[in-house]
Amino acid sequence: MTISVSMTVNGKTVSGDVEGRTLLVQFLREQLHLTGTHVGCDTSQCGACVVHVDGQSVKSCTILAAQANGTEVVTIEGLADGATLHPMQEAFREHHGLQCGFCTPGMLATGYDIVRRLPDADEARIRRELSGNICRCTGYHNIVKAIKAGAEKMSAA
Amino acid sequence: MTSHIKMDERVERDRLAEMVQAVIGKPLDRPEGALKVSGAAPYAMDRLPANACHGVLVRATVSNGTLRDMDVDAVQALPGIRAIIADDRLLRNPAQGMAGEAPIQGPKDIAYFGQPIALVVAETFEQARHGAQALKLRFEADGTAIVAPDDPKADIETPEDEQDSTGDLDAAMQTARHTVDAHYTTPGHVSAAMEPHASIAEWNGDRLTLYGSYQMLRFNRAELADALGIEEKQVRILAPYVGGGFGSKLGIGPEAVAAALAAKALGVPVAVAMSRQQVFESVMRRSETDQHIRLAADEQGRLIGIGHEALVSNLPGEEFSEPVTQATPFLYQGDHRVIGHRIARVHRTCAGSVRAPGEAVGLTALEIALDELAAASGIDPVKLRLINIPQKDPSQDIPFSSHMLAEALEEGAKRFDWDRRRSEPGAVRDGEWLIGMGMASAARVNMLIESKARVTLNANGTGTVETDMTDIGTGTYTVLSQIAGEMLGLPMDSVETLLGDTAYPPASGSGGSFGAASNGTAVLLACEEIRQQLCERLDCDMQGLTLKDGHAIVGNRRIALPEILDGSRLVGEGHVEPGKAEETVRQATYGSYFAEVAVNAITGETRLRRMLGVFAAGRILNPKTARSQCLGGMTFGIGMALTEELIHDPRDGHIVNRDFAEYHLPVNADVPQIDVVLLDERDAWANPLQAKGIGELGICGAAASIVNAIYNATGIRIRDLPATLDKIIDGLQSRTD
Ligand code: FES
Ligand code: FES
Repeated sequence: MTISVSMTVNGKTVSGDVEGRTLLVQFLREQLHLTGTHVGCDTSQCGACVVHVDGQSVKSCTILAAQANGTEVVTIEGLADGATLHPMQEAFREHHGLQCGFCTPGMLATGYDIVRRLPDADEARIRRELSGNICRCTGYHNIVKAIKAGAEKMSAA
Repeated sequence: MTSHIKMDERVERDRLAEMVQAVIGKPLDRPEGALKVSGAAPYAMDRLPANACHGVLVRATVSNGTLRDMDVDAVQALPGIRAIIADDRLLRNPAQGMAGEAPIQGPKDIAYFGQPIALVVAETFEQARHGAQALKLRFEADGTAIVAPDDPKADIETPEDEQDSTGDLDAAMQTARHTVDAHYTTPGHVSAAMEPHASIAEWNGDRLTLYGSYQMLRFNRAELADALGIEEKQVRILAPYVGGGFGSKLGIGPEAVAAALAAKALGVPVAVAMSRQQVFESVMRRSETDQHIRLAADEQGRLIGIGHEALVSNLPGEEFSEPVTQATPFLYQGDHRVIGHRIARVHRTCAGSVRAPGEAVGLTALEIALDELAAASGIDPVKLRLINIPQKDPSQDIPFSSHMLAEALEEGAKRFDWDRRRSEPGAVRDGEWLIGMGMASAARVNMLIESKARVTLNANGTGTVETDMTDIGTGTYTVLSQIAGEMLGLPMDSVETLLGDTAYPPASGSGGSFGAASNGTAVLLACEEIRQQLCERLDCDMQGLTLKDGHAIVGNRRIALPEILDGSRLVGEGHVEPGKAEETVRQATYGSYFAEVAVNAITGETRLRRMLGVFAAGRILNPKTARSQCLGGMTFGIGMALTEELIHDPRDGHIVNRDFAEYHLPVNADVPQIDVVLLDERDAWANPLQAKGIGELGICGAAASIVNAIYNATGIRIRDLPATLDKIIDGLQSRTD
């Protein structure tokens, strides 16, 4: 059974036919070719697939594409302003908040969300808020540093 | 055209030090950082062709036996199903690192639970997954299969060339003033690279292109060709971005071969992505270990004997076995020595390389034993290690190429305020938390692997590096660009490094911490070749040529490179091979760890409070990427100490905790303040860069510092990792009783 869905993704209206069981992450990656959103675990632990749905950070492997019908989705590809990186992206790059980069889109999406909700979060709070994102490469240190730096950049912007 | 070196002896001349661009050794950012933060770096599954089909692997649900039949018709009738591939060329398990040939093939003979046995291909991923789940299988199971290494019926091999003994350890244990004689166990681990294995195969006539997630492309190409029964030159593998490896992507895997076979059969590209559960079950695990360690020391704590005997496991017929005792022969002194290595043949997921095979678990156990000796003899743990550092490799009687263990221990102790540690266990309390400090040495063998690279100085004065080397997150793009930039006098934005394509010269690949040093040497040599060609054009000798900021300076002339090149380009190739230096000297990297833990006096829960690692690995090419490697390695150590553990069902050996919900990787909340200090060192025996491997050093022994800190906090000695609270709480109770 196919279902027609339409939503706004990174500011553009998109639509497509999906199966009832199609996950949002598959729809984004395969139909919209937004491959910056990654699949790392299949059990909702790793957070490599985090996107924003109607302003909330959501693991796109845990919701169906059909559930996202009519929503506004922002993926990693929609964070930058054209060729200019978002301050949070700039902070990750600068503070070496990545190695292999596979967890990075999800970390960024979560980091952005943390700062928006808790602009003054300290290191301990950032770590707690990042509990749904796993990184096997970095030991998290530089990620936390990047999010703090990103927060400062965002409030200065 | 090719500059070649075989490392037979020391390379006295430090070429990089003679250069003036000043980019080597600098904490420069990754050139590919912007791509990665924008979601634009293409990983294996990100290049799906429009007409591609999806394949999902089907697994065996018995641990030993034969696949009798599959209900193919019922699945073929489902919507979207295109094929069910059960070709005899499917792999039983991935190839071991650097095998260069296909591993055991043939899906019908089942050797472990979770073994891939077929591929269901459909138009969409969802259809293929449904088909794979719906496929009914009939096995003839052999119910007597041994699935646990400690099963008394297990077949145990004792390879003769892996046993070693000098002196008389038994006698030394009898007469020694202080001894330790204990068994230590570590469970199985997984690499858990965040990108699950995935391949997209596309044929053009009889030529195959594979987008994959692999660490060692030149070997992987040979393995894939061999598995398919075609020529190497018919295969091209692309892996420009790899979402982590840690050993799990050393050898070609079942998904790559299955994708290639399906794509050939159907005449369309086929993508096969493993689920995380499939990665757990059918990619490599680190073997569990049982380690018997004996230490004999005199009154002053000087070691007179060391015994280290390990039992590991693997599937019948697999060559690899976890080299647990790898660092034991050279780390500490002692005349009476025993090394033992036994392999239990069990029907569990294949065992292979997981970050720092050998030292990761072997040194961890040895360093816990050293802590026991420190406690038994009343000698400070740092001092105990310092007084036992040998002058030369005590097992082979050869000198060390360079050795900075003492400096690492002393520097670490100073920075960590080690002298504030109370030596008696359980002496420090903070509310309901017991506080303790522990430490351990780090060591890892250093390797060099044959490697080639090509560097082009383009007519416009920019440089291009090409090699089939991979960047698995380690920073290869960055450090190779730095080496070329330094050697050719080019700023970083004038150098482009192209990796991860077997069309480029064959490199060492990423593994065993040897990538940057091996392949970096090939890049250095290729640049030397270009410098030579420039000298010819400028009519000067090598000494007289200075390259900086895109200019050549010769005598009092300063000429822009494009002017010299005059519309042409210069190409140099570099080729490095290991040589006699491997045997003439003992090459290794060293370091130290210091950890402070808080153990809850009521629940037994351990929280790591702070951790320090001090490492010496020759010239540090880029302190930013090197430091990151160490942070990541130490975090693996935290997992090994406290949470990570593969659990096998005792009946059929299947992995019970085959996802991240149940296999507990360290998360943010587990990782406190970690500091890394990199010591300044050069090792002229290692390679012309004088750099050594650093990707694995940070895990080798790290867990021991935490376990030793738990002892200092509580007086409870954990010899069975991980140190979960259930193992601690008993001891806490008996202490209060
Ligand atoms: S893939 Fe969504 S949380 Fe891991
Ligand atoms: S950078 Fe590799 S998993 Fe986070």
